[in-house]
Amino acid sequence: MRLHLAVFACGLRRYSTYRAATFAGLVTNSVFGLINATILLAVFAARPEVNGYDATDAVTQVFLAQALLAPVAAFGPPLGLGERVRSGEVAVDLLRPAHLAPWWLAHDLGRSAFSLLFRSLPTFAVGALVFTLRLPQGPAHWGMAAVSVALAMLVGFALRYLYALAGFWLLDTRGVNTAAALLGSFCSGLLLPLAFFPDLLGSSLRLLPWASMVQVPADVFLGKEGVLGGPLGGLALQAAWAAALLWLCAALTARATRRVVVQGG
Amino acid sequence: MAEIHTAPSRSLRGFSALLVYPRLVWVWTRAMAQYPASLLTLSLAQALISLSELAALFFVFSHAGRLAGFGLHETLLIYGLSGVAFSLADLFMGAVERLGEHIRLGSFDTMLVRPVSPLAQLAADGFSPRRLGKLVPNLAALVWALGEADIDWTAERVLLVPVLLCSGFVICASVWTIGACIQFVVADARELANSVTYGGQAMTQYPLAIYGADIVRTATYIVPLAFVSWQPALYLLDRPDPLGLPEGLRHASPCVAVALALVAALLWRSGLRHYRSTGS
Repeated sequence: MRLHLAVFACGLRRYSTYRAATFAGLVTNSVFGLINATILLAVFAARPEVNGYDATDAVTQVFLAQALLAPVAAFGPPLGLGERVRSGEVAVDLLRPAHLAPWWLAHDLGRSAFSLLFRSLPTFAVGALVFTLRLPQGPAHWGMAAVSVALAMLVGFALRYLYALAGFWLLDTRGVNTAAALLGSFCSGLLLPLAFFPDLLGSSLRLLPWASMVQVPADVFLGKEGVLGGPLGGLALQAAWAAALLWLCAALTARATRRVVVQGG
Repeated sequence: MAEIHTAPSRSLRGFSALLVYPRLVWVWTRAMAQYPASLLTLSLAQALISLSELAALFFVFSHAGRLAGFGLHETLLIYGLSGVAFSLADLFMGAVERLGEHIRLGSFDTMLVRPVSPLAQLAADGFSPRRLGKLVPNLAALVWALGEADIDWTAERVLLVPVLLCSGFVICASVWTIGACIQFVVADARELANSVTYGGQAMTQYPLAIYGADIVRTATYIVPLAFVSWQPALYLLDRPDPLGLPEGLRHASPCVAVALALVAALLWRSGLRHYRSTGS
């Protein structure tokens, strides 16, 4: 546990040195938030409500999605593990007296924690300055929203870890990463809130793991019914996906590492 | 008497950049074609990403019949003009956004010692035909919109469509280059440039009028992205500007393209002149 705390702290410190990049990312997230919010506001100029969403809900979700983009990395960047498999550096990772998956989980949570503080909060604040946003009511609701964001970070890590594990079989994960970016933006509610999708498509996508990174946290934050009824249902769905995917990570790591061939020379 | 070899004149060097660029592109294309399965899946995935954005536009229009007075086919025309211009710029100039990375790794210094234009090398670096995957759905949307939207097809309009597309491409490519020049000053500001390049694409895909007068004025007079899709679409559809900007602007796209390309060239030269290696 102490080891993983140290790795977590390293991840946090590593990303805290990229200050200009953090600021640049924050500006980009805010610009995209403003653009997407304006497009949706133009829709609400024509009608007051879309599938239970009003203009405030939609704009809040847009900025939540932009704020969550960095910590959950739904759109990338991929985990460094994939590149280390291709270059062979993963051999060093495997020599360490620590399991591969928890090591990378601790490292990635360090990264997410840093971006949560220095990218998510400022991005959301920009949205709150420009538009009226809907905030959770009362400490219990805030607590559930916080747990939901934490679970989204776990799901985001597990998915990227699984994409990187594919590298043990494919060697080159660029194709997987491009497909992952597509799924991560379209199916998560990042590109457009799933409430705007055709009913059947929207409610089916809500059940898939990608929605647990953006759409389900947004449902919890906004206090929407979601697909499993209320914020508790949303949290249960996220927890189930996080548990299932992390189990899969552990199980597949054992099979994947058996395929490693270290070339001498 | 021995002949003294002088460096080729500046205009000649600019010309040689145009000659060497296609050759570099061809070299990289052949390199990428060594992994046909990877190239094919990457191209397909790029096409699907474009298609998913197109799907989002249809979903938006299923809830609102019109956006700022523009119907589905008119918006699709704007979307297509912007998409084609941006994906062409991404295909041919997109690699310049990695300047900061090249500076950090020292590979930009390698480019500088070669007797070939560094901009041509940077733009062609890692050229991949997979980006064509992004172009195809956008082009299809544009062709469909050109057929379906209510356009009064005069000879002038038919002839100007390719001119408008070229202008859009040049504007986007210049914006991309200017974004790269920022990285001469701040090496890890790649994402900052992204807010203008990819952000610009996202913004110009929809009728600009939805953003209100201030932003449209900024996008017309300061970062002239309005000339990529908004003003050309107003011209093709023969509609009055809903924000009351001068009517003459819709004919200005080619001039804006030339002016912005000059600005980009000047910034690139000054960036190059002030460039100091990271020294590692």
